Amino acid sequence: MNEKTEKLIDKKGIRLDGRKADELRPIKLQVGVLGNADGSAYIEHGKNKILAAAFGPREMHPKHLALPDRMVLRCRYHMAPFSVQERKSPAPSRREIELSKVIRESLEPALFLELYPRTGIDLYVEVLQADGGTRCAAITAAALAIADAGVPMRDLVVACAAGKIDDTVVLDLYDAEDKLGAADVPLAYMPALNAVTLLQMDGVLSPDEFEKAVDMAMTGCKKIYEMQKEALKTKYMVVKEVEE
Amino acid sequence: MPTFFEKKQLVTPGELLAEGDYLPGENTYMEENKIYAQRIGLVDDENKKVNVVALRAFYVPKVGDIVIGTVVEVGFNGWTIDIKSPYTALLRASDVLSRPFKPQNDELSQVLNAGDLIVAKIASYDRAHDPQLTVGEPGLGKITRGQIMRVVPTKIPRVIGRKGSMISMIKQETGCQIILGLNGVILVTGKTPEDEEFAMSAIKKIEQESHISGLTDRITQLLKENKVKVEENKIE
Repeated sequence: MNEKTEKLIDKKGIRLDGRKADELRPIKLQVGVLGNADGSAYIEHGKNKILAAAFGPREMHPKHLALPDRMVLRCRYHMAPFSVQERKSPAPSRREIELSKVIRESLEPALFLELYPRTGIDLYVEVLQADGGTRCAAITAAALAIADAGVPMRDLVVACAAGKIDDTVVLDLYDAEDKLGAADVPLAYMPALNAVTLLQMDGVLSPDEFEKAVDMAMTGCKKIYEMQKEALKTKYMVVKEVEE
Repeated sequence: MPTFFEKKQLVTPGELLAEGDYLPGENTYMEENKIYAQRIGLVDDENKKVNVVALRAFYVPKVGDIVIGTVVEVGFNGWTIDIKSPYTALLRASDVLSRPFKPQNDELSQVLNAGDLIVAKIASYDRAHDPQLTVGEPGLGKITRGQIMRVVPTKIPRVIGRKGSMISMIKQETGCQIILGLNGVILVTGKTPEDEEFAMSAIKKIEQESHISGLTDRITQLLKENKVKVEENKIE
């Protein structure tokens, strides 16, 4: 280890942004924020700000992409040019194309694709501000947008990362920890069915540390899941309260 | 064999509703003998069958349904109709003309053009084919007057009410003709635009508040208030 680099976590177990090892960043979720989309959601996960919009199921365009036996989920993950410190070119980068695929594949197990053959769902994820862990926040918001569009789902998908900084396994890494830390393990999860839909790892972890990271991420997911359900219900509760 | 909900409780996709000796009804699914919700909505059970009345959903065609659609394209031997569903519907020229159709004699865009609205019935539909419409019955065909509004398709039964009580009450009190498309599109035709406007506001209220108890009373109240208002205006 280079001695000159600043410690990411101090002796008391407090991280650079003041969190404990197993603490999430503050999260705000809102459903139905866009008027033109069939379903939409907005998430603020720490400093991440992400909008998700879902359309459909509707006829696929171009038509040859439609599948005769199932529905197609199409996803575009995109970072706004102003989402990071240095201007990001608005053209889709290699990383964005990959994340589009990763988000799509983590949501597909939650959908009943075989129910509506020859149709497609379009999902747009727009990162307005990025601060590490955008793929996880994006999946959490995207699942809400799809549920808000009225598409049948097995469960809401929720995602959260864990990782290693210095020598400690911690929950929900932010940008600096992600870049300077030793490892990052994003995990997407359907809590009601206890099924993992995405598990990636970047960096080096021992088997013990890996297991600890996965457990930690799952616990984090369950906490976010409660917020997700609350956000979805709030949209209808508000109408209820006004009337009573 | 318990259930995990109170009647009319708001549930989200993935919520565990019942275990064991129950049947999955609307908007629910079963896995390993457990029943979960598929959509956001209100749960209820009837004869061991668990149903979720969805608050957000789209229209899935069913043979025999009356729907209201928009002509989007005039083709060689028929029209493409948007019925606000994942699938676009087809209407064949021979069905509309009720005589053998010859492409050289008939100009289809003079019968129905893009943008026209029609009331139609779903004649056939399955997984492999887009729905086909028919207008060969009384009351079906091109819409010439009135106003169109959209509601969530799952709310249509609430607009109809028990044995049609709700809709007949609105019809009677406003003097409007109302055609409900099961795809969530509603046609309101009245003597004056004010009557139509009013019938539409009543339907909008039903859509927004159908998950709150005491709906019928509130709608009756609304309709009465309007009647008084109209009469006052007449006197003036």
